[in-house]
Formats: sequence, structure tokens, C-alpha cells
Amino acid sequence: MAETLLKVSGLEVHFPIRSAFLRRRIGTVRAVDGVDIEVARGETLALVGESGCGKTTTGKAILRLIDPTRGSIRFDGEEIARHGAARLAPFRRRMQIVFQDPFASLNPRMTVGGILAAPFEIHRIGTPADRPERIAALLRTVGLRPEAARRYPHEFSGGQRQRIGIARALALEPELIIGDEPVSALDVSIQAQVINLMKRLQAERGLAYIMISHNLAVVSHVADRVAVMYLGRVVETAPRETLFFGARHPYTQALLSAVPEPVPGLRRTRQVLQGDVPSPARPPTGCHFHLRCPIAQARCAQEAPAQRIIAPGHAVACHLVAP
Amino acid sequence: MSAAASLPENAGAAAAEAPLLSVSDLTLHIPMPPHVLRAVDGVSFDLRRGETLGLVGESGSGKTLTALMLMRLLEPPLAALPKGRVQFGDTDLMALDEARMSALRGRAISMVFQEPMTSLNPVMTVGRQIAEPLVRHLGLSAREAAARAEEMLRLVQIPDPARVARAYPHLLSGGMRQRVMIAIALACRPAVLVADEPTTALDVTVQAQILELLGELQREMGSAILLITHDLAVIAETAHRVAVMYAGRIVEEAPVAALFAAPRHPYTRGLLASIPKIERVPAPTLPEIPGMVPGAADRPRGCAFMPRCARAVSGCAAEAPPLDPIAPGHRVACWNPANG
Ligand SMILES: Nc1ncnc2c1ncn2[C@@H]1O[C@H](COP(=O)(O)OP(=O)(O)O)[C@@H](O)[C@H]1O
Ligand SMILES: Nc1ncnc2c1ncn2[C@@H]1O[C@H](COP(=O)(O)OP(=O)(O)O)[C@@H](O)[C@H]1O
Ligand code: SF4
Ligand code: SF4
Ligand SMILES: [Mg+2]
Ligand SMILES: [Mg+2]
Repeated sequence: MAETLLKVSGLEVHFPIRSAFLRRRIGTVRAVDGVDIEVARGETLALVGESGCGKTTTGKAILRLIDPTRGSIRFDGEEIARHGAARLAPFRRRMQIVFQDPFASLNPRMTVGGILAAPFEIHRIGTPADRPERIAALLRTVGLRPEAARRYPHEFSGGQRQRIGIARALALEPELIIGDEPVSALDVSIQAQVINLMKRLQAERGLAYIMISHNLAVVSHVADRVAVMYLGRVVETAPRETLFFGARHPYTQALLSAVPEPVPGLRRTRQVLQGDVPSPARPPTGCHFHLRCPIAQARCAQEAPAQRIIAPGHAVACHLVAP
Repeated sequence: MSAAASLPENAGAAAAEAPLLSVSDLTLHIPMPPHVLRAVDGVSFDLRRGETLGLVGESGSGKTLTALMLMRLLEPPLAALPKGRVQFGDTDLMALDEARMSALRGRAISMVFQEPMTSLNPVMTVGRQIAEPLVRHLGLSAREAAARAEEMLRLVQIPDPARVARAYPHLLSGGMRQRVMIAIALACRPAVLVADEPTTALDVTVQAQILELLGELQREMGSAILLITHDLAVIAETAHRVAVMYAGRIVEEAPVAALFAAPRHPYTRGLLASIPKIERVPAPTLPEIPGMVPGAADRPRGCAFMPRCARAVSGCAAEAPPLDPIAPGHRVACWNPANG
């Protein structure tokens, strides 16, 4: 593995649940409940799992857009989990995010040129005179024409807006981009365009990505490694091919078997999970998956399984999976 | 639980029967001065007993409007605009007055929507919402209907149906609400179920549960399903036949196996090629369809796919191609279709 760029250990993010009346704290949502992940320079780590499992919260905590409750976030060797605004400033340049909804994430009252100029203004980069040239270069990089700078976000289609979001993320030449479902709102033919663009940019610039997605087929095209989350915890981490063709955690296996495949008549046996994902406000004891796990044993309800390395780069958190 | 993917066995037998629902030349042109959006532009298809027809297309291709038109659920000012026929038995649904239509809706033909919360009544218990069509359409007493409602909840595999019947929709998860919608839609055992993106808002594991359930209920009740989705993988696993829509028209229609094995329309081919698949060694880049769907203002006069089509020939710009048979059960709307 190349040099480690990001190392997250024991990350927890808890949100208070307050009563409607008097706003008293009446409980805690354990949105992220002990996450360990690592990203090397230039690689793509995919973070997958069903809605509510804590992917977005993990991403935002890494970017320090929300404060972690506990745990360590090391970026390029430096611990940043508890940095204040001043010490965070240089790191804000080095990590960027692309959001799912290209409609909500671009200010509708600003021109595209204004949106792309903002990062340079905030970080006092270059001079006002050289901005148009920088903006034109960014737009060309993402496959848009420089004239786009004079138009407003609503004049663009979803796919083009996502390109604008990517251009904004690239402006400060970050080392890590977190894509939070960056293609989930796009139609398949446009999705392919944006995926290809992101892969090309990675190859050209040596970017590292954390690709958050619930779409496993998309992930299988972009990831070098995959981390699967369930109810605030990472249950399995593995290189791409191992994860898709040799998953060992019962949840990963169930998740993969639920993915529909674009092949008619494929009568495979599907392991249909029963029930719903429990609420992170009241997570089950022991292994968070034990209520739905087809092979759960008595011990699973009492003891949370630790991540164990079962092969190089392959870690699984399950009592019943041994190397 | 382990279950096989849900492709009913009777697809071949169903094909021989007369259609249950026959849609012809369904059209909705929406004035958007100075343009007219041809949102649905001459859509025709048949639906047979016990079969699932997948209607697939990218967002904005006209799938939902097609469904709302045949359910007669368009609201003003659009309600006055539809043209075409929807033959159901010996009645044309498009010609019925609202009183006669509402006697059929929810009884003989029902619909499930993508976002159950917008179509469920937030201030009525789940049980009452399922019971209501049973009282209205089938004349059941309140007690009989309540008992049947609970039975329906059990049928759609909701745990603890008696308790859920007394609950309000906001207390349920997305997957549970979609099951409730299905229970309401199927309460009167309709001959036709229109399901508009029934699993799009759900996670894959819940999607698998719901699709499995729809397949089981179809086998039991013999209903025909019009399954609307943008997801070709869902179509591959659940539909018998597929109609592909692009910019308001059906561009290709075929049995599911034929469509995936030998798509003839350039758009269908592009769409199938661009879906990411889980493979041991993925291609370094995904095939793209260049450009994007044209808006109302810049839709070409001829074939709407022309600006993005690598097979375009000189005639394509002048006239939109008709949806014509190209093989048994296989229709394509293209002046220069690809080889099968
Ligand atoms: N600001 C917040 N306050 C309270 N709960 C939150 C907040 N943000 C997220 N959550 C909850 O935390 C859990 C994880 O959410 P999220 O990280 O958005 O999941 P994902 O991105 O995997 O869908 C969910 O149960 C969500 O409702
Ligand atoms: N109420 C409406 N008024 C005007 N245009 C509409 C309305 N509803 C949908 N449209 C337009 O009609 C086209 C088809 O819409 P729709 O049937 O919802 O597409 P789909 O379901 O395939 O995504 C789109 O361009 C959409 O913007
Ligand atoms: S620890 Fe137990 S409950 Fe959890 S996944 Fe493993 S077997 Fe299942
Ligand atoms: S009609 Fe012409 S432009 Fe349209 S899909 Fe066929 S070849 Fe392409
Ligand atoms: Mg999220
Ligand atoms: Mg729709």
C-alpha cells in the first residue's frame, strides 16, 4: 500500500435527542459508533451501507464539518480530531467534499464563476486578475466550456451541475475528496460520464477518494478497497475483488445478494434479510447485526465482535469468522 | 429465509391470451409557451393477465405521466390534455366520467407510488386506510373490512399486524410504509397494478423484500403489473416484457431476455452498456451515452435521440420513426436499428 494519507480510529459521533418540550436531552443517537478506516494517497476507499448507517456522518466528521465525540483522525500524520478553526484551516484546503444533490449544494443566486471563485477568495489564493483564467481551466478540466462561468446553476442539467460541484472541490488542489453519493441522483447514462470523469481526475492528479455510496455496482467500478458499515460500525473491510467475490461477514453477504443484477433469468438464491435496520438511538447489544443475522449465536447478543484481520487487507468483525 | 428471484413461470402461457389492458396512442402535450412539451407522445402497449411489463426510462422520459394518465389521476390543468385510448375489457378508461372511473380505481386497477408518505393519509390509521376501499368497493361491513385489513397486513409480511393496523403512517419505516401501500392497492385484488418506482426510495435489502413480495402476490392473485422504474437491473429480475421510453416515446419493446441479449435500438444499447455491473475485472471506463436528454425547447423534429446517436442516418432528422415489429414480440422505433 502507498503512503497512508488518512487514518481514522475509534471514531464516534453521537447526537443528542432532545425532547420537543424544554429541549431536554432524553437520549443519544450513536450515528457513528467506533469506526476505523485508512486511506492511502491516490486510492479510492468506498464506504457502503444502507441509509442511516452513518456514512455521511463519518464523512463530515473527517472533514471536521461536525465534531467527533471520540476517536482519532490523522491526516498526513497529524492528529486533527480536536483542532480548532485556526489549526484546521490548512487542512480544509487539502480535503474537499462533493455532495449528492447537485441542486441543493450550489448557491442558486451565484453565477458558476462566482461559485468557483469563492474557494480562491476564502483562502486568498492568486489575485482577482488571474481568477477568470483559473476558473476557465477548472471548467475545462471537468468537461464544461469556460462560458459556463457566466451562467447560473439552474441553467444546467443534473450531470453538468455535478461537474460544477467537482470543479469547486478541485479548485484548491486537494489531496482527498469525499464524494457523498456523488452519482446517486443521476441517470445511468450520465452517471457513467461522471464516474469516468472522477476516475480520470484521480489518475491525473493522484487524488485519494472516499466514495460514499449505497450503490454497490457503482462502487465495484471505482473502489480500490471497500468498507461496509452497519449501524454506525464498520463490519468488513477488504480489497475490491475480495469484497465482491469473497465477502465473509454475514451482513456483507446479505447486502450483496440483495443487489439486483441486469441479467434476466438469473435464478440465484437470494438471502432476504428479515425486518428493518434497528434505530441507532437504541442499537442492539453485542453485535449490532445479531437481531437479523442468520447465523447469530447466544454470544453475539452480549459481546460486540472486534475487527480481526483474516487475510492481508481483509478485516471482519464477526465472532464466527476466523482467518 | 431463502427464495429464488421472482420470475413467474406462466409468462409463455400469458403471452397467448388477449390483453387485459390495451393502451393506444396515449399522448400528453403540455403547452409551455413558446414551446410545447411532448411529455408523452403516442405511447402504446398491451398488458396481459399475470404478466409484468417493465416500463423503463431515464427521469423525465414520461413514465409517471403515462401512469397517471391511465389511472386518470392527472390534476388540472393537465387533466384536460390527455389523448388516446386505454382499453380495459370493453371500456375505454379515457372516456369514462369520474364517477365510473373512481368505481374502478382501487378495485380493478390500482397504483403504488414511489413515495408512500405523500399518498398515505397521515391522520388515518393504517388499518382504516386499507379497510376503506373494501367498504367502498366491495360493500364489506366495518368489522369485516377491519379483519380483512389485518389479513392484508399479514399478507404483505408486516410483523404484528394487529398493532400496525392501529398505527399512523409516520411511525413506520420506509419499507413498512411501502408494504402498507401495496396492501391498500391489492386489498380488492385488482386485475391491474401500476407500480411507479415502488422501490426506488428504499435500500437494496428492503427492495429485495418488496420485489419478492410483489412477485408472490402476483402469482397468487394473477394480477398484471405495470412496473415503472429507471433501474434496468430491477426490470431484468422481475419483468416478463420491457418497454423502453425515451423523451415521451416507447423506442423499443421486447420480451425481457431478448431485450437484454439483443437490444436493437441505439438508445437501449447505450443504456445497457452504461449500467455498472459487478465484475471481477471491471472495464477501466464505463461506456457513456454522450450528451443529455433534450429539453422541450430543443427536442429535434425527427428522432429525439438523434443528437446523441452514433447510428443516425439522413432520414432521422426529418421524421420520428414508428414503433414497428422487427422480430416476434419485438418492436423498435428506429430508422437504422442495430443488428440483433
Ligand atoms: N444532526 C443530526 N442529529 C441527529 N441525528 C442525526 C443527525 N445527522 C444524522 N443523524 C442520524 O444519524 C444516523 C446516521 O446518519 P447518516 O450519517 O446520514 O447516515 P447515511 O449517510 O449512512 O445514510 C441516522 O440515524 C441519522 O438519522
Ligand atoms: N405537472 C407537470 N407540469 C408540467 N410538466 C410536467 C408535469 N409533470 C411532469 N412534467 C414534465 O413532463 C416530463 C415527463 O415527466 P414524468 O412523467 O414525471 O417523467 P418520469 O416519470 O419518466 O421521470 C418531464 O419533462 C417533466 O418535467
Ligand atoms: S457476530 Fe454473531 S450476530 Fe454478528 S455477524 Fe457474526 S455471527 Fe452474526
Ligand atoms: S432513428 Fe436514427 S437517430 Fe434515431 S435512434 Fe435510430 S438511427 Fe439513431
Ligand atoms: Mg448519507
Ligand atoms: Mg417518475
